[in-house]
Amino acid sequence: MNTSLNYAYYPGCSSTGTSVEYDMSSRAICAALGIQLQDVPDWSCCGSTPAHTVDHSLSSALSARNLDQVASMGLDSCITPCPSCLANLKTAKHKMQDENFRDKVNKLLEKPANTQVETKSVLQILVEDYGIENIKKKVVKPLTGLVVGAYYGCILNRPAELMQFDSREHPMAMDNIMEALGATVVPFPLKVECCGASFGIPRKDVVMRLSGKLLDTAQEIGALALVTACPLCQMNLDMRQSQINRANGTKHNIPIFYFTQLLGLALGLTEKELGMDKLCVSPRTLLNSIAKEEQIKEKAA
Amino acid sequence: MKVININSSYDSDFVREVEEESGQKLNLCYQCGKCTAGCPYTDEYDISVSQIMRLTQAGQKEKVLQSNSLWLCATCESCTSRCPNEIDVALIMDVLRHMARREGYTGTGRVKTFWDSFLSSVEKNGRVFEVGLLVNYISHTGRFWTDVDLGPKVLPKGKIHFKPTEMQGKKEVAKIFMRFNEESAK
Repeated sequence: MNTSLNYAYYPGCSSTGTSVEYDMSSRAICAALGIQLQDVPDWSCCGSTPAHTVDHSLSSALSARNLDQVASMGLDSCITPCPSCLANLKTAKHKMQDENFRDKVNKLLEKPANTQVETKSVLQILVEDYGIENIKKKVVKPLTGLVVGAYYGCILNRPAELMQFDSREHPMAMDNIMEALGATVVPFPLKVECCGASFGIPRKDVVMRLSGKLLDTAQEIGALALVTACPLCQMNLDMRQSQINRANGTKHNIPIFYFTQLLGLALGLTEKELGMDKLCVSPRTLLNSIAKEEQIKEKAA
Repeated sequence: MKVININSSYDSDFVREVEEESGQKLNLCYQCGKCTAGCPYTDEYDISVSQIMRLTQAGQKEKVLQSNSLWLCATCESCTSRCPNEIDVALIMDVLRHMARREGYTGTGRVKTFWDSFLSSVEKNGRVFEVGLLVNYISHTGRFWTDVDLGPKVLPKGKIHFKPTEMQGKKEVAKIFMRFNEESAK
């Protein structure tokens, strides 16, 4: 393990609102593991899905402004918790290698952007730079008795040529982390199936169907909770779970965690600093049962 | 099955533009249908993604650009990941959407309205302001009941803010949009 892990940190817009607990828990686990984060100064929106559906030069300009901000920090790598931000920042760097495209984008900016910076996900650096074995050494409260499925969503690893991490069809990064934390991981067959993405507002019916299928499957395989790495996936499955139940006539009550929240818990961080109280589907009963299982195990030992 | 006389309606400029803008070779598609088989949105599409590919190869500009499917593709990358000929199908869908916008097609409207509301929030604030985005979307669609049921659940969590976060460079971001609009008008 590199002893001085230091990254620029791009929180992304949802971290200031609906996914604040992802941001809180990402920062908290990095601090606990000695990973240094420096916020990208005066970061702006990457453009997310809406910008690339309008025009690629617009999308890349919105992202390139941020890559340039990272370069001005004197750092060469940036991490973000959000897969959509990740995809846009990486796409901008990749596409701007083409000179014509680069000129087109730079025309939209105040000054030509330095886009040499590498962007990775928080998950990727935990696995590749910090190492799961090293995470395992830091576990003080194992997640004993937690039966969990890992749901990656569609764009964390895809397209593979661009994302360069884990598998496009059968990613394992979060499964392996959860196992290292002492949880019982059940293979989730719909790991990379889309949750309905940003259609929750304009086409809620689509999200009810797609996210409903994910929750039904979680129940069928006996997962007591799902872990995610994406603000949009988490929001559709957690915040909209009551809507899904109403629309589909189901009674799911499945807590949907960010993987960083469960990692933090195992590292001994408090529920408060991991934003457990921000989740819509209450994880209370489940968290109590993990603590109980651990007590029983300790007594037996 | 519909029969289209491609001798009379083949638009070679359209085929060339799609290939140029996407950097993909349309002829590589041999209609195996794997993209459609894995597409999570295919139940909602009026034209399946493999048929979009075929119609694009056949230069059927109007039929493709007026398809609602373009607005329901979430760029989930399943098609791109599974194409045996390594065609970036999701990128082609994106490029077709750009062309549809330029030609004034909107699909059934609500998805485009949502995306436009999102971008106007970024243009105004430099970052997305979630409540502002929702209010803008509702004001354009009249769908005032959108997600009101979530209010009692989400508001006590303290995640929802009624003011945008302040950033210094928001004028820089607004200028990106301004320059983009100027370039597009040329």
